Amino acid sequence: MKAWLPALLRLAVLLLLVVFITSPSWFEPLLKPLTENGAPAIYNQGSLLTLTLQHLRTVLVATVAATIVAVALAILVTRPAGVEFLPLSRSLVNIGQTFPPVAVLALAVPAVGFGEKPTLIALFLYGLLPIFENALTALTTLPGNVMEAARGAGMTGWQRLMKVELPLSAPVILGGIRLSVVISLATATIGSTVAAKTLGEVIIAGLISNNPAFVLQGGLIVAALAVLIYDGLSAIERFAARRMGQGAE
Amino acid sequence: MIIRFDKLGVVIAAIVAYAALAAPFATFRANRIVPGQARPILEALPPTLGILLLAIVIAAAIVALLRTPLILRLAASVAALIALAVLIGVAGGFLTPAGNTFARVAPASGFWLLIFAFTLLLADVLTRLNLSPWARVGVLVLATLAIAVLLVSGSWDSLSILKEYASRADSFWAEASKHVTLALGSLAGAVIVGIPLGVLCHRVEKLRAGVLNVLNIIQTIPSIALFGLLIAPLGWVAVHVPGAAAVGIRGIGTAPAFVALFLYSLLPVVANTVVGLAGVPRAANDAARGMGMTDRQRLLDVEFPLAFPVILTGIRIVLVQNIGLATIAALIGGGGFGVFVFQGVGQTAMDLVLLGALPTVALAFAAAIILDAVIEMTATKRRVVETA
Repeated sequence: MKAWLPALLRLAVLLLLVVFITSPSWFEPLLKPLTENGAPAIYNQGSLLTLTLQHLRTVLVATVAATIVAVALAILVTRPAGVEFLPLSRSLVNIGQTFPPVAVLALAVPAVGFGEKPTLIALFLYGLLPIFENALTALTTLPGNVMEAARGAGMTGWQRLMKVELPLSAPVILGGIRLSVVISLATATIGSTVAAKTLGEVIIAGLISNNPAFVLQGGLIVAALAVLIYDGLSAIERFAARRMGQGAE
Repeated sequence: MIIRFDKLGVVIAAIVAYAALAAPFATFRANRIVPGQARPILEALPPTLGILLLAIVIAAAIVALLRTPLILRLAASVAALIALAVLIGVAGGFLTPAGNTFARVAPASGFWLLIFAFTLLLADVLTRLNLSPWARVGVLVLATLAIAVLLVSGSWDSLSILKEYASRADSFWAEASKHVTLALGSLAGAVIVGIPLGVLCHRVEKLRAGVLNVLNIIQTIPSIALFGLLIAPLGWVAVHVPGAAAVGIRGIGTAPAFVALFLYSLLPVVANTVVGLAGVPRAANDAARGMGMTDRQRLLDVEFPLAFPVILTGIRIVLVQNIGLATIAALIGGGGFGVFVFQGVGQTAMDLVLLGALPTVALAFAAAIILDAVIEMTATKRRVVETA
């Protein structure tokens, strides 16, 4: 019984989410009790579906960029030519984590203007850290005998990287990407304070007009997205680990 | 003799060359919200001081570029940072026309890039020096003192961010204390509730998965939504529970912000307590049992001391995260530095944004350094005890 219950629960959440963002008006009676003085119960200043897709697109673009840069950096500082940068890159990652997202967002505005760009910058910077950290851990803790075998088989540095190091590190790097996506999904809502089109718009509209129904629907959509994406990426991670022969233990 | 370059030095020298020669050092604006005019170093400072600053910056960049002893690199980065910090104040006074109270002078991209480049050099030197925890806290104290001296001496008074401060000095300190109270208070609450909850989860296996799952799901709710969602229930409590309103519980304001931060803080504290207790070696527990210790003695004298560094790591995560998240409390009237950030965003007055953002970053940064040092100290102490 235990095995199929979580899967069923996730499927139910997914279905509910899809139905909610495509035809939110069906849920009006549920949210109506939260509103006062006949205020609208369902967000009416734009389509929830479009906002959700824009939210996801912002997170996707930022995560892809962060993954490319973070993995490239981790590869660079673990090669002999870049090993000098290893300690510094570690401290920089630690320092970077102390910058609050709101500060990054607000400080990016004078440089790039209002809208989606400051949000992308903040999400990119925030996404970098977990991915870089995990990639670094993975690349510096590869089993020594495997690396030696690869060298003994006459593989060049490039071949070792592409055929041995990266595939072996993939599960741990994926774990970093998963963390980064979940953080970004929630952080993207703050982007709406600088006029980015995300689900934060719904929440902020609710805060401004004192309408808990808006806050609740915005918050729940983001939370459901985060839980589902987290689970989906965990499944991919387990699949990658099994292919690398690490899942058996 | 072969000249050998430092790899990081090449990056630093490139940034310095661009920032000092091509980017603006300061921005001059006729009032606080109009677009500014960029001024390079030589136009932003009196001629002698401008040339002096260029000379210091270029000399420090050359020290960074070549392979030089660490102590020289340390001196170069500190000298360049001090020169920049003092002279940006001079630029403020030099560019502001006498008696003009509307004009604003702000540091521009060139200044920030130079600060970034030399901070990078300093960070590299400090990392390579491998300082002890006490020494790192010492460096933090010195840096704080240096900034305090610059602030108190008034040498930055002509800069726009301090003009914003001057016009709202009272509310600045009120918001600052609210910010710190929110961050530390919710942390204290999370520690008081979270550690016993973690111990309970460690002892009762059935609870563990359930509690951690619920706390995980709370983390996925975006902060602005969680802050907003607590307005309604707390408003209800304030009206219906006698005495609640008297102790400051209200629908909007500090109460929902406090509760939201508390809820976010629980996961790292509980999860790290569970992980820390699970990592206590079985041999230690067996020995304690063999000595006839009660469960309570074992928990307080054996398990807690051994799990302490891991629990502290959770507390560090929470404190740094809370200092950042407390800025969002301003959206629901909870106060804190976020008030200036969001006012500034609303008025497109970036100096006001900086007035809120810079103290927040500084607080988070200082908290991280101090707690990292404490964690390292407790971890080393533990190792000493183990080998003794």
